Amino acid sequence: MIIKTRKTSDVRSSEITPEHFFQQRRSIIKAAMASIAAWQLPAHALVEPQGNLPAIPNLKDSGIGGGLSPTEYKHVTSYNNFYEFGTGKDDPKKNSGAFKSRPWTISVEGECDAPGEIGIEDIFKLIDQEERVYRFRCVEAWAMVVPWAGFSLATLLKRFKPNSNAKYVVFETLVDKEMMPGTRRKILDWPYQEGLRIDEAMHPLSMLVTGVYGKELPAQNGAPLRLMVPWKYGFKSIKSIVKIKFVEKQPATTWETMAADEYGFYANVNPMVDHPRWTQAFHRNIGEGLFASRDETLMFNGYSDEVADLYRGMDLTKFY
Amino acid sequence: MPWWIRKTIAWVLLGSPALYATYLIATNDLGANPLETLTDHTGQWTLRFLLLGLLITPLRHLTGWVSLIRYRRLIGLFAAFYATTHMALWLFIDQQLDWLLLLEDVLDRPYITLGFMGWLLLLPLVATSTKGMIKKLGASWRKLHRAVYIIPVLGVVHYTMSLKADFSLPILYAVILALLLSFRVWMRQAR
Repeated sequence: MIIKTRKTSDVRSSEITPEHFFQQRRSIIKAAMASIAAWQLPAHALVEPQGNLPAIPNLKDSGIGGGLSPTEYKHVTSYNNFYEFGTGKDDPKKNSGAFKSRPWTISVEGECDAPGEIGIEDIFKLIDQEERVYRFRCVEAWAMVVPWAGFSLATLLKRFKPNSNAKYVVFETLVDKEMMPGTRRKILDWPYQEGLRIDEAMHPLSMLVTGVYGKELPAQNGAPLRLMVPWKYGFKSIKSIVKIKFVEKQPATTWETMAADEYGFYANVNPMVDHPRWTQAFHRNIGEGLFASRDETLMFNGYSDEVADLYRGMDLTKFY
Repeated sequence: MPWWIRKTIAWVLLGSPALYATYLIATNDLGANPLETLTDHTGQWTLRFLLLGLLITPLRHLTGWVSLIRYRRLIGLFAAFYATTHMALWLFIDQQLDWLLLLEDVLDRPYITLGFMGWLLLLPLVATSTKGMIKKLGASWRKLHRAVYIIPVLGVVHYTMSLKADFSLPILYAVILALLLSFRVWMRQAR
């Protein structure tokens, strides 16, 4: 039997940056620099804070998405899917009054060398928070632009030292029949579960979100910590996370289990692959009224330059 | 109560969902996704009025309130009105008269095919709803208007297929529809 021991100086395979990432990061930085130059962004260009929740401490501007104009706060916080609070679009806001986002602990386990737990307060203390304006595209063919506060998912994942068996990351939402009335009925197979391939999870655009519009997340948007993967349909961006697990095999995810022909594991925004019940070539922008423009949906929701390399050689009509 | 007053009350009641929608449009209170709100609203009221129309005959038998029949045509016409608004929202606002997309929707998406068929079947019923047409068509009028048993079935299936989870409302409609249809079967056998 071969017993592998590891020196602390050894580089773990999970720490090796694939070359295309390395190149990509350079291109992201270049693009970011170019955009700053182009738009003459002032040094401090955060979105005007909205709502009356506590402000995100020391929020920095990342410059990402600086050219996009965000959907109004009232729409971002009153229209979304969060079945733990009900199936209607206005249910999450209506039915989340009893939800408490403190105390809150996220346990991180599975294929990693330093499994453990981290509290939400520690996350604020230990990890710098930055604002990023992302496009959001729901699988139901509507879209928003949202100024999120948070940090790259990779920053948190690396703290727990994923090992070489960590090929996928699984996330789980809280189930609490008292605070989340939607979970009293078995509409979905609770707890809600989502997953990413490790390279997707480690991609700098994959974000853990602690706030929106400069303030902490309201319950209906996934307080106190949610995922945001802007090149994937919204249902991948799991809310109110309590558990993160590194695994070797592609995990079963909630919507894929419900209807595999409608919701794939990858769920990349793709105008070429229709949902069985509607086209994905277009979307409607939330907040533009009854005659909202119907915009053409972009490949990877407009993040092709950053993420297309992750899927090189894959048949995206098969791995939708 | 004179008939014209009763008729006015019926118009107001049956038209109230449309009045409510108009109020929401006027006050800009349709929410984040107005098209979705209106599409759902008009679809729901189409189904409810189709079911209400089917309720008239059993109610007459159970209560002996014979003059109820005088409201049935109006209920049916209002169901057709809400169905047409529902269709128009899809046609003009959702698909923006993009004929290729429309054709793709009708042909490739079974729930739209069924909904569209239901709406098409309503049209001849509306066209033959006048007193003159009833007289002119005679026995074939009754045959033609048996489509009112098929249309709500198409509607309920269309609604069920359009949802992805939580089927409580379409199940409720389906149960009511099943009761209303089995009443007909029961009446036939009793005769």
